[in-house]
Amino acid sequence: MTETASITTAGASSTATSGPGSGEVTDAEFPVERGCPFSTPAEYEQIREHAPLAKVRLTTGREAWWIAGHELARAVLADRRFSSDRRRDNFPFVSTDPETRKQLQDQPISMLGMDGAEHAQARRALMGEFTVRRMAGLRPRIQQIVDQHIDEMLSSEQRSADLVEALSLPVPSLVICELLGVPYADHDFFQAHTGPLVRHNTPSQVRVRIQEELNTYLGGLIDRKVADPTDDLLSRQIAKQRAAGTFDRTSMVSMAFLLLIAGHETTANMISLGVVGLLQHPDQLAKIKEDPEKTPPAVEELLRYFSITDTVTARVATEDVQLGDTTINAGDGVVISGLAADHDPTVFTDPTRIDLERGARHHVAFGFGPHQCIGQTLARLELQIVFDTLFRRIPTLRLAAPLDDIPFKSDAIIYGAEELPVAW
Amino acid sequence: MRIEANTDVCIGAGQCVLTDPTVFDQHDDGIVMLVTKHPEGEAAQRARDAVQLCPSGALSLIEEPSEV
Ligand code: HEM
Ligand code: SF4
Repeated sequence: MTETASITTAGASSTATSGPGSGEVTDAEFPVERGCPFSTPAEYEQIREHAPLAKVRLTTGREAWWIAGHELARAVLADRRFSSDRRRDNFPFVSTDPETRKQLQDQPISMLGMDGAEHAQARRALMGEFTVRRMAGLRPRIQQIVDQHIDEMLSSEQRSADLVEALSLPVPSLVICELLGVPYADHDFFQAHTGPLVRHNTPSQVRVRIQEELNTYLGGLIDRKVADPTDDLLSRQIAKQRAAGTFDRTSMVSMAFLLLIAGHETTANMISLGVVGLLQHPDQLAKIKEDPEKTPPAVEELLRYFSITDTVTARVATEDVQLGDTTINAGDGVVISGLAADHDPTVFTDPTRIDLERGARHHVAFGFGPHQCIGQTLARLELQIVFDTLFRRIPTLRLAAPLDDIPFKSDAIIYGAEELPVAW
Repeated sequence: MRIEANTDVCIGAGQCVLTDPTVFDQHDDGIVMLVTKHPEGEAAQRARDAVQLCPSGALSLIEEPSEV
């Protein structure tokens, strides 16, 4: 570890290709493309070999600290001196374009971007909706949704489908929409609107327009639930806040928005990648088919292995923080790479191997610290039901294209597959 | 061995309940509730795991050698 905390203000991004220089371990700009799901980017390994943390250049022209080690990742994510507020200067990956920054300042922030007491309050208000017991109660309905979609797949004469469209996207979308209380008729609208939001390369004007359309819709939905409450999460949250005299339409919209985005694309991508991972390991898959008790640990391993939200866990230091030999200065951006942490060979033996019986749950695929995923129990349940049911009901399921031809989302904020041709 | 739960910092992630529901439960508001403070045998080992897994630092173990 040779870095010290002299963060050079990132001016023109260097075009030098002569290998690591000026205190940086790699010349690559982050995020780098992820490529194939069965390999981690070479740059990640380069940094790991160098140190558990290093300074990297971002595509925005700024710099940030890259945390590669598992122990350090958990420590930073649990450390309240690091802020989740995306409106702060230097928050990794947030555009430096003044227009975009202004828009960000004007938007109400959701729990994901709050810190300290403000975050605790927002999180506590919602936590009861995601208890292990409440989620277990959703099992029969999720099973039904999954069965209906597999029925539809099986009724097709071609004996083939795009799994993303047939199962991966609609299942979590329906589950989160029903949980929130979004009418069935509006699901297509949601699916069309959430996709572009989680891509790095969506132009910011498009992003802003989509966000506005969704916000307008959610505002209207919330108004309807104020007038006519139904039995769902949004109505319960509204009732609770109104009883306490704290109802605020704008923050309710941003909460609904967060849940919709966070609960939809993530799980969908894990379904697709999980199926690829399982199909590529037929011996291990056979064991799960025989014994459903093996599914929960398999889900943990797939979550660890793919760590799809990789660089979502980013922060800004609010004061100088000493991490080992390195000082992180107040105001520095920090990227806590989930993928790097979950492939740390000092914590996970042979990390590049999928071992469905590994049974390790201390991965950071759901983050760590106060922001650790509130929907993790729901996500686990959905994934378990989908994998169990899919391979039980379609035991001959196989990929209908070579791995190289499958369009993986190498540029997306949340990694996954664009399409997944399968046949049986 | 005794478990302590700091309900002020719990974030209701449910990792503990998932690890061993005979030791940990959640109130309706999501906050951790200890079913027992003194798990034994395998449950004690799982409780140790839960302390490691808990994302918020809400759980701690207090060794009470006299009881082991
Ligand atoms: C496999 C699926 C999922 C993955 C990999 C995932 C991953 C994550 C990660 C890494 C974080 C932490 C972000 C940070 O620390 O900055 C997070 C937070 C969050 N997730 Fe998930 N998530 C998944 C599914 C879900 C579902 C199904 C829901 C909702 C129903 C959800 C709702 C949320 C919310 C609201 C937060 C913010 C929590 C907070 O700030 O306190 N997620 N998720
Ligand atoms: S694992 Fe920790 S944060 Fe989560 S419910 Fe249990 S005590 Fe609370």
